[in-house]
Amino acid sequence: MRTYTNKKNVQAKPYYTDRFWKAPQVAKYEVESDEVFAADLAAIKAKFPVSDAFIQVEQMTVWINASDIYGVLELMRDELAYTQLSEMSAIDFIEQRDEFEIFYQMLSMTKRKRIRIKYTIKNGQAVDSVEKLFRSADWSEREMFDMFGIEANAHPFMKRILMPYDWQGYPLLKTYPLQGDEFAAWYEVDKIYGKEAREEIGPEIRDTSTIDRYDSERFAKLGHEVPKGTEITGDEPKNEQNYQEEGGVFLIKKFDKDSSKVIDDPQR
Amino acid sequence: MAQVKNRLSPFFENITFDREDNELILNFGPQHPSAHGQLRLMLHLQQEQIVKAHPDVGYLHRGMEKMAENMIYNEFMPTTDRMDYIASSSNNYGFALAVEKLVGLEVPRRAKVIRMMLLEINRLMSHLFWLATTALDIGAMTIFLFAFREREYLMDIIEGYCGARLTHAAIRIGGVPLDIQDTFISQLKTFLDKLPQNIKDYEDLLDQNRIWLMRMEEVGEISTEMALSWGCTGPMLRASGVKWDIRKEEPYELYDEVEFDVPWSDKGDNYARYRIYMQEMRESAKILYQTIDMYDECVKKGETELMAHSPQYISAPKLDIMTQNYSLMQHFVLVTQGMRPPVGEVYVATESPKGELGFFINSQGGAYPYRLKLRAPSFWHTGILTDLLPGHYIPDVVSIIGTTNIVFGEVDR
Repeated sequence: MRTYTNKKNVQAKPYYTDRFWKAPQVAKYEVESDEVFAADLAAIKAKFPVSDAFIQVEQMTVWINASDIYGVLELMRDELAYTQLSEMSAIDFIEQRDEFEIFYQMLSMTKRKRIRIKYTIKNGQAVDSVEKLFRSADWSEREMFDMFGIEANAHPFMKRILMPYDWQGYPLLKTYPLQGDEFAAWYEVDKIYGKEAREEIGPEIRDTSTIDRYDSERFAKLGHEVPKGTEITGDEPKNEQNYQEEGGVFLIKKFDKDSSKVIDDPQR
Repeated sequence: MAQVKNRLSPFFENITFDREDNELILNFGPQHPSAHGQLRLMLHLQQEQIVKAHPDVGYLHRGMEKMAENMIYNEFMPTTDRMDYIASSSNNYGFALAVEKLVGLEVPRRAKVIRMMLLEINRLMSHLFWLATTALDIGAMTIFLFAFREREYLMDIIEGYCGARLTHAAIRIGGVPLDIQDTFISQLKTFLDKLPQNIKDYEDLLDQNRIWLMRMEEVGEISTEMALSWGCTGPMLRASGVKWDIRKEEPYELYDEVEFDVPWSDKGDNYARYRIYMQEMRESAKILYQTIDMYDECVKKGETELMAHSPQYISAPKLDIMTQNYSLMQHFVLVTQGMRPPVGEVYVATESPKGELGFFINSQGGAYPYRLKLRAPSFWHTGILTDLLPGHYIPDVVSIIGTTNIVFGEVDR
């Protein structure tokens, strides 16, 4: 029987787990124990619903509704002097609750206080961009999109930032594999020749370091490729190929050979 | 227009650009000597003036946050070295402090003093490196050699302490692994005694230098609003009129016991940032003198502990492990399974040489962090180039990137 693997969390597991281990909690304190936080919370509560608020490790955490985020941050910036958005990102709880927790780390330099605003969104939902309030959210939200696939509504440039534009998958999801795909070497072979030809063709060489650079016969004949084992005569037909990423490349139009001008006059 | 003979024929005949105007799109980097690592800038130019800038990062992305989620807390420590590799102890420290706050550890005083020494040495190393590379970018080769010479002394001291020059891993969760070596203080004192003259030498060469002033003054001006909005911290923020230093405002370790000033300026240009870096070196030296005295006091009082005492999270001292069975068992469990902090969240910000270095940890009670977010200052200092560069000229790009002091190990993580 095959061992059970949890598809919703493929992260590394500790080798040793204690069934009877009951993890303690980091101490939470009442917001009323700190005057500044209490006043800030009252100001937020006056305008927006707050589902939970507490102080943990010297910082206040405020749980709000996802739709209120722009209003809350605007209020905090303009009226409560939380002038900097230090950090924002998401936490993946898809396995447990099919949702993400989003957190915004706010800093007030006049009060010397930090508040964490948090809310949850369902998997597949988008968040409201706060880029209009804090320019730093421009890059943070792009990073969050890059790492979790959570889009930000009304963001001016919702593209990947750290990973390549054409990357598949979102690396910080718990469902994202930790290793490469071991069957990838067969995909091309199966597609072109069919599964039954596997034995004859062999796996695709995907490790560039194993390509024989002295194989001048079949290697580097771009545009004149021939099947493996063919005798090279030197007059192989031209095999036109078009390279273009799907969805286009930023600022560059697709190269159309027919409509482009070929300049062959070197003294032009 | 008369025909220009012998000009290079362009090789991008097959590319048609979306817009047909006089804009030239210049691809700057990622392999550019003044890009300070792996920065790629797409610059839209009108003549030599930049009208739009599009920084492209991610060429050094190693997925550190993902790595952190798949290893025990102590295992992640050497990885933090690779963030800001110019001042790696400050990353070690930021992570260690975050975990200590999460589990509630109290670090012994002697370890705190040693940590402060390491942090300030790292700040000096980072600032000297900044001065060297920025001056080199602008063309002052002499400064480059001078500043690297001084940095070399500091690296030797650090090498004597932990054996590494760049990736120190010199700080542990709960304290420091080693006491400082015998020669540490004397070497440091020799260096510090020379430092004011060295800084004066740099300033004599640069402060009134006509070329330096032309490249620095009124170039790359960041307004207070812009700096706050873009999440700028550290010297970038202090140069723009906000006197905010986390060491002073939210003191950690023993920074509330030492005396130092926070240099700041309201000019916001490259020159203001340069002045702040120079002043901060002097302040670091001031702090280091005081930590030397604090260390001597610890020695006099006979405080020898270097690691926090907390059997649940921290291994016992080596002597106990070798002599006591229970300590050995604890140590074995902590090394093989790792510590399991309580369920909760923590965000801890420290003042790294580049700015606010924050670690956000969400722990679900397991041996691996459930989520770890690294808040690296350089990330936003790179982002601000989007708004900062337009209006400037190409040579200014080099000096602006220089004074933002970005390190790509930290931007891309």
